[in-house]
Amino acid sequence: MLEFLTAFAILVGIYSVFTLGLNVHWGYTGLFNIGVAGFFALGAYAASLLTIRPPLSNQGEDYLYSGDLANRLDALPVIGVLDLWFVAGLLAAALVAAVVALVVGTITIRLRGDYLAIATLGIAESVRLVFLNERWLSNGSRGIYTIPRPFGDIVAPQDYDRVYLVVVLVVFAVLFAGIRALMHSPWGRVLRAIREDEVTAEASGKHVFRFKLQAFVLGAVVMGIGGALYAFNFRAISPITFTPLLGTFIIWAMLVAGGSGRLYGPIVGAFVVWGIWSGSQFLPNVIELLPEALNVPILDALDLVGLPNIRFFAVGVLVVLVLLYAPDGITPGIVRVRERLAARARHHART
Amino acid sequence: MFITARTMRSPAMVRASRVVQAVLAIVFVALALSEIGLAMNGIFLGSVLALGAVGITLVFGVMRFANIAHGDMMTMGAYVAFFLLVSVLPEHTGLGPFTFGFPLLIAIPVSMAAVAALAVGMDVFVFRRLRLRRANIVTIEIASLGLAIAIRGFIQMIWDTPVRYFPNEGRQHISLPADISIAPNHIFVSGAALVLAIALHLLLTRTKQGKAMRATSDNPDLARASGINTDRVLLWTWGIAGALAGAAGVLLVIFNATSQLKPTIGFQLLVPLFAAVVVGGIGNPYGAFLGAMLIGISMEVSTAWALPTYKPAIAFTVMVVVLLFRPRGLFGSRG
Repeated sequence: MLEFLTAFAILVGIYSVFTLGLNVHWGYTGLFNIGVAGFFALGAYAASLLTIRPPLSNQGEDYLYSGDLANRLDALPVIGVLDLWFVAGLLAAALVAAVVALVVGTITIRLRGDYLAIATLGIAESVRLVFLNERWLSNGSRGIYTIPRPFGDIVAPQDYDRVYLVVVLVVFAVLFAGIRALMHSPWGRVLRAIREDEVTAEASGKHVFRFKLQAFVLGAVVMGIGGALYAFNFRAISPITFTPLLGTFIIWAMLVAGGSGRLYGPIVGAFVVWGIWSGSQFLPNVIELLPEALNVPILDALDLVGLPNIRFFAVGVLVVLVLLYAPDGITPGIVRVRERLAARARHHART
Repeated sequence: MFITARTMRSPAMVRASRVVQAVLAIVFVALALSEIGLAMNGIFLGSVLALGAVGITLVFGVMRFANIAHGDMMTMGAYVAFFLLVSVLPEHTGLGPFTFGFPLLIAIPVSMAAVAALAVGMDVFVFRRLRLRRANIVTIEIASLGLAIAIRGFIQMIWDTPVRYFPNEGRQHISLPADISIAPNHIFVSGAALVLAIALHLLLTRTKQGKAMRATSDNPDLARASGINTDRVLLWTWGIAGALAGAAGVLLVIFNATSQLKPTIGFQLLVPLFAAVVVGGIGNPYGAFLGAMLIGISMEVSTAWALPTYKPAIAFTVMVVVLLFRPRGLFGSRG
C-alpha cells in the first residue's frame, strides 16, 4: 500500500509540474497551447539522451548519440557522488524546450487563440513523429530504456521510490516558488493584464508580443523539466507516451479541474485527476461483478470488453462538468468549504 | 488573423511575395503531375478530409471556435457503422467491384443520423449552456476537448482498443494507362463525398435554412436582427456537421485497403483536417473543400520521398507555408 501511495505521489508531483507550466501559458497569460506533449517529449528525450550509456548495436539499439553523462560524472572523484548529471539532464531538458519554444513562439504567438491551438497541436504531433521515425536519434518506436536512476546508490532498489519522491518534491518546490515569485512581480502582472485584455495592455505601452513569447518559453521550460522528471521516473520512454491524449489532454483536464490561473490549482487538479485516473483502474473489477450480482441481461449482452478504458470517458466527462458547473475549477470550492468549517469551529468554540 | 498589424509592406516586398507564391504553386503542380498516381490518391484522401473539414468550418462560421471533438465524431460514425455491419445487418461483402457489401449503403445514412444526433446533443447539453453564460471562446474550445476525450473513451469502453475490421473481401485494383491503378473503393468514397458536397451546396444556396446559416455565418448580429432564429441555425449547423462527420468516418474506414478501424482514426486526422480548414479560409465551406484536396494531394505526393508516417506533419507544414503568405487562407476567411 505504501509503495502504491509513493508511486502515486511521485506521479502527482510530476503532473503538477506539467500543469504548473500549462498554468503559465493558459492560466496566467491566456496562451491556448494544446501541444504540451511536444515539450514533454523534448524534455524527456533531451534528459535521457544526455545521460544514457552509448548504444549497443547488438541489442538492436539504433540511436547514434548519447551523452553517457551518468557514467562519466560518476567516475569523477568527490563530485561523482553528487549525481550532478541529474541536474544536467534537467537543465538540458529546459534548454531544448526553451530553444524550440522560442522558435515556435516567434512564428505562432501572434496567432489568435484557436489558430495557436492548431499550431501547437501540429508541432507536438510533428515532434512525436520525428521521435517515432528517426531511429538514429531516438531509437524509434522501441524508445530508450536504459535511463539511469539519480541517487540510486543511497537505498535498496525496492525502496528507491521514496528517494525519488523527495527529488520530485524538491524540484517541484523550486519551480513553484519561482513561478509564484514571478507572478507576483510586475512582470507577472503584465501577463495577467494581457490575459484579461490584450488591447488595453498594448495601449498601456506594454510590448505584448515580447511578454507573451517570454511566458511561452517559461511555460515550455517547466514542461520540459517535467518531461525529464518523467523519464527518470520510468527509466524508459517511447513515442507512445507522448500522444495527444496522455501527453496533453490529461494535463489540460488537471488544469481545468484544479482551476486555471490559481496558484494551487495545478496541485489540486493533478491530485484529483490522477486520483480518478489511477483509481479507475480498479473500477472495472467492481463493475465486472455487477452483472452477476444484479443479473442484468443488458450488461451481459453488451459484453463490455473495453471497460478498463472507462477512465478516458470519466476524465472527459469530468472536464465538461467542471466547465459547466464550476468554471473556476474545484479549488475555490475547497477554499469555501474550509472557510465554512472554520466558521463552524469558531461558532462551536463560542457556544 | 494577426493581432499585430503586419501590413504596410513596400510594393517591392509585395511583388517578391507574389513571385514566391507563384513559384510555390508551380512547384506544387509539377510535383503533383510527376507523381500522378499518388496525386489521384491524394484526391481520394482529400474527399474524405473534405467531409470533415467542411463540418469544422461550418461550425466555426456560426460559433467562431474550432471543434476539437470533430475527429472523434468521425470515429463515432465509423464505430456505429461497425456495430450495424457486424451485429445488426445481414452479412454481405463484395458488392460489385467493392470490398464491402450492400449493408454499408444502409449503415452510412444511419451513422450520419447517429452522429448528427450526437452533435446536436453536444450543442444542447454543453455548448448552448456555455454560450448562455457568455463563456469565452477558449472555454468552449476546452469543452470540445473534453468531449473529444469523452467520445473516444466511450468508444474504447464499448469496443476496446484493438484494431477491428469492417466485413470485407479482397478486390483487384482497376488498372489505368501510365501505370496508374485505382482501388474501386476509392471511387466509391470520392463519389459519395461528391454527392454529399453537392447536397450541401444545394442546401446552403436553395433552402431557407441554408440561407439563414450563411447569413448567420457572415454576421450573427445582423442575422438575429433580421429575425433569423440563430439558435435553430446553430442546431442545424451542428446536425449537418455531425452528419458529414458520420459519413466521413465510415468512408475513412473503407478508404483503407483492409477496412480497419481503431479508436484513434478520427483524431489522427485532426491536424490534416484543421490544415484543410485553415488553408481554405476558416469559415468558408467551399474553401475547406478545396483546401482538403490541396492537403490530401500534398500528403499523398509527399510519400514519394518522405516516410508515410510523416503525412500529418506534411499537412501541417503546407498550412504554415500558406499562412506565411496568405494569413486568411487561400480563399478568404470569415473568421
